[in-house]
Amino acid sequence: MDIQNLVKMANSIGGFFGAWPDRKQGRDEIASHLTRFWDPRMRAQIVAHVETTGGEGLDTIVVEAIRQLEAPPVVQPTA
Amino acid sequence: MSLHRDHDYGTPARVSEHWIDLTIDGLPVSVPEGTSVMRAAEEHGIRIPKLCATDSIEPFGSCRLCLVEIEGRRGYPASCTTLAEAGMEVRTQSSELMELRRNVMELYISDHPLDCLTCSANGNCELQDMAGVVGLREVRYGMQGANHFDAESARPKDTSNPYFTFDAAKCIVCSRCVRACEEVQGTYALTISGRGFESRVAAGQDEPFMTSECVSCGACVQACPTATLMEKSVIEMGQAEQSVVTTCAYCGVGCGFKAETKGNQVVRMVPWKDGQANHGHSCVKGRFAWGYATHPDRITTPMIRKSIQDPWQPVSWDEALSYAASEFKRIQAQYGRGAVGGITSSRCTNEETYLVQKLVRAAFGNNNVDTCARVCHSPTGYGLKQTLGESAGTQTFDSVLQADVVMVIGANPTDGHPVFGSQLKRRLREGARLIVVDPRGIDLVKSPHIRADYHLKLLPGTNVAILDALAHVVVTEGLVDETFVAERCEADSFAAWRDFVALPENSPESLEATIGVPAEQVRGAARLFAEAGNAAIYYGLGVTEHSQGSTAVMGIANLAMATGNIGRLGVGVNPLRGQNNVQGSCDMGSFPHELPGYRHVSDAATRTLFEGEWGVQIDPEPGLRIPNMFEAALDGSFKGLYCEGEDIVQSDPNTQHVQAALSAMECLVVQDIFLNETAKFAHVFLPGSSFLEKDGTFTNAERRISMVRKVMPPLGGKADWEVTVALANALGYPMDYGHPSEIMDEIARLTPTFHGVSYDRIEQLGSIQWPCNEAQPDGTPIMHVDAFVRGKGRFMVTRYIPTDERVNQRFPLLLTTGRILSQYNVGAQTRRTPNVEWHGEDRIELHPHDAEERGIREGDWVGVASRAGETVLRATITERVQPGVVYTTFHFPESGANVITTDNSDWATNCPEYKVTAVQVVQVDQPSEWQKRYRRFSKAQLDLLPRKGKREAV
Repeated sequence: MDIQNLVKMANSIGGFFGAWPDRKQGRDEIASHLTRFWDPRMRAQIVAHVETTGGEGLDTIVVEAIRQLEAPPVVQPTA
Repeated sequence: MSLHRDHDYGTPARVSEHWIDLTIDGLPVSVPEGTSVMRAAEEHGIRIPKLCATDSIEPFGSCRLCLVEIEGRRGYPASCTTLAEAGMEVRTQSSELMELRRNVMELYISDHPLDCLTCSANGNCELQDMAGVVGLREVRYGMQGANHFDAESARPKDTSNPYFTFDAAKCIVCSRCVRACEEVQGTYALTISGRGFESRVAAGQDEPFMTSECVSCGACVQACPTATLMEKSVIEMGQAEQSVVTTCAYCGVGCGFKAETKGNQVVRMVPWKDGQANHGHSCVKGRFAWGYATHPDRITTPMIRKSIQDPWQPVSWDEALSYAASEFKRIQAQYGRGAVGGITSSRCTNEETYLVQKLVRAAFGNNNVDTCARVCHSPTGYGLKQTLGESAGTQTFDSVLQADVVMVIGANPTDGHPVFGSQLKRRLREGARLIVVDPRGIDLVKSPHIRADYHLKLLPGTNVAILDALAHVVVTEGLVDETFVAERCEADSFAAWRDFVALPENSPESLEATIGVPAEQVRGAARLFAEAGNAAIYYGLGVTEHSQGSTAVMGIANLAMATGNIGRLGVGVNPLRGQNNVQGSCDMGSFPHELPGYRHVSDAATRTLFEGEWGVQIDPEPGLRIPNMFEAALDGSFKGLYCEGEDIVQSDPNTQHVQAALSAMECLVVQDIFLNETAKFAHVFLPGSSFLEKDGTFTNAERRISMVRKVMPPLGGKADWEVTVALANALGYPMDYGHPSEIMDEIARLTPTFHGVSYDRIEQLGSIQWPCNEAQPDGTPIMHVDAFVRGKGRFMVTRYIPTDERVNQRFPLLLTTGRILSQYNVGAQTRRTPNVEWHGEDRIELHPHDAEERGIREGDWVGVASRAGETVLRATITERVQPGVVYTTFHFPESGANVITTDNSDWATNCPEYKVTAVQVVQVDQPSEWQKRYRRFSKAQLDLLPRKGKREAV
């Protein structure tokens, strides 16, 4: 998927939770949101983006949240 | 199935704690205080003749047919306008009454054509019935002399409305139509002009119905006791012979209707008096616009093709389903289990959407299922779950009748949800106060006998800012319901929210320039809302379809909780759902992260429950949302889609992006009643069935589950649920249901909020508002009464973040989109009805100032360009929109309204930001490049259809 779209989506999630007074709670909520609502292939791509670029284009709190994510499962190649 | 005629009690029911005892014809009766003598009699089986009275409107006392005798009173009072009193002794029959009534009827009939045998009301005429009841045997005055019906005297029949006629020659001037237009619909399009013998019903300024303010709701036709106002379908087909009670397939109000039929043909749709959402009222769509169901464009034969350049090949059901299944299996083998998915539709029944998500989860083995709620109310599901604990509105529609202040945000109920709009207008006429938050001057702002106390005409995209500003006033002016918050809400989250909204940057003054509304108006509206007593919020897609849609939903919930406006009649958070089964399709587990009942797929206990019933393992990871599917299709990891009853090409944003994504797929299976825009990109077409062709249930915006009942056999041979069952079986996943009731039984077994729901129970209660279970066996009209579903209400900090979609020199105007009364969603249904006579094209509304600046005049063709694309529409110049803002609808595919909307979406749910697009508008003289391509492509696709006869021969 277009990584720029994923970066934009992740930053907008960060925009909401980043306003919370408790930064740690906000960061955890970002990570939780990505885990609960993003398809594994999207998560894998954004995790790879952080790993390879250090999180280019992503807000700091979002990068921190993505680094918290567990490695998403690899999608099985066959049904 | 026999024809059911509603009993008419003559005057409306009253509710009172005090009951009145009286006798009628010697029979002791007891009725609530305020009940008319007429109704008291009717309720106890004693019929009093009547003509001007009907129980949908207040009594009028003009026909003098319902006269009675009351012991101790002089004269003969009209029973419709006389209230029952304690100890009253009423006589409904006597020789004097008989003579009086016969005399009255004689006068009526002396000015009424005696063409009963050829009259369209023959068999269903109250005038004829009353003539029989009073024993009219002669008309001593003769039929000569001045009258309203003979060739010289009769006014021409008004046939201007496409659905009904007005024949003044048959009118008895009972005013039932005029009063229905006022009291039931609230439009005030009809009046009685003239006096005495010259009295007659007139539409508008004595003009044809079609050019008057009439909105064609049908209330007048329903109220008419003669053939004066008559459905054209009845004139053509005669009186119906059977009726079936069912539920409308248009908006989220979910009106109950009686489908009156002859054999398999619908004669007319009559609003069901006992319908608990509509109480016998209707709108132009549900009442009249059902002809699409048998439109010649219906495709009733399955078809397949290898490529979208190939002609469609009509095939048998087995062949089509086998081909689709083999393609899905091939794709999964080649590209992976996650390379296919499905889309359910809010236009389909609960049972059908349940089966599609089950097919995706059990037969495809992934969670790539989504629904069109993605593009409308997904932020409602998310936002209300986070704050209140349940992804649903909190009230019944009737609750509005207890509201003291109503705040309507980003909704246009008189157009989008007309029957609720009428109910709301009734409450406003009774004195409730109104706050409208909308960039556009919707009809509610100023209509007959209604004027909004505040119209906060904000700039598109600033909902969260204005909600924060309203909350700021509530918090800083001591308007918080401290007791409610302390008892019912989380202390920590409330404290964080209170501190946040109290910040100076959230004050109406600080945000005035951003919002575009004077601070004093915002302060006034906040005070009015918070100090109301009962304050209710109604909102629509103008809230959800933004980059901060979910934030705004949470802002609404915050405001309701902070002012204690949750958990009783007259208050609440009320999402007005766009389509008939948006609530239901969401309830049924159509989202890629949730199983039915809004339970996350990662929840092992829930998965175990479903795995036990379905006999498969369920993927614990969320699947792709619709926009993610498009992205994945473009990157090559998503190749097959089963799309039931949804037209994503027309309804989803950035049309060219959607078209590119679908073009990249190897197997698109579309199940629909027409070859819609999406089907033009399909490889398999499975004929769908309209709501008239199947059994099932719809769940409306107030969580009300109502029956959909089959009126005619499916034209394609299979109801939609049967198609999904057959596809699952072809995929090798066995499904075995004999009737949709068995599907509902399975849903009830697996879903705690549906444990008490069954077809038998719905039959008993008429409809059921979920949760319906052991704790609430009759359903739940009002939610969160003693506690929130999540326990304590959770306040959420809602920082305003401007959308990325901003105006600049190149795109200096903000486009917002909406809908119109006569058309519905992508228009696939309503465009194939005479509703096009009201709205035959999408137009762009511009403020006179913006139009003048560009040299644009009314009706000019204008190019509308955004960062996503360009289209051409005709201009309407109106002050309904503010300077700098333009507006259009999206009911016609060739308009390309979604060619210009962008990929921006809600941060939490990816609901598209339809409501804010920066555009430029210029005068042009030819269609856009996209429109030219569209026309070529569309024609080519229609040419690839087999000839009609060949389709039917398979």
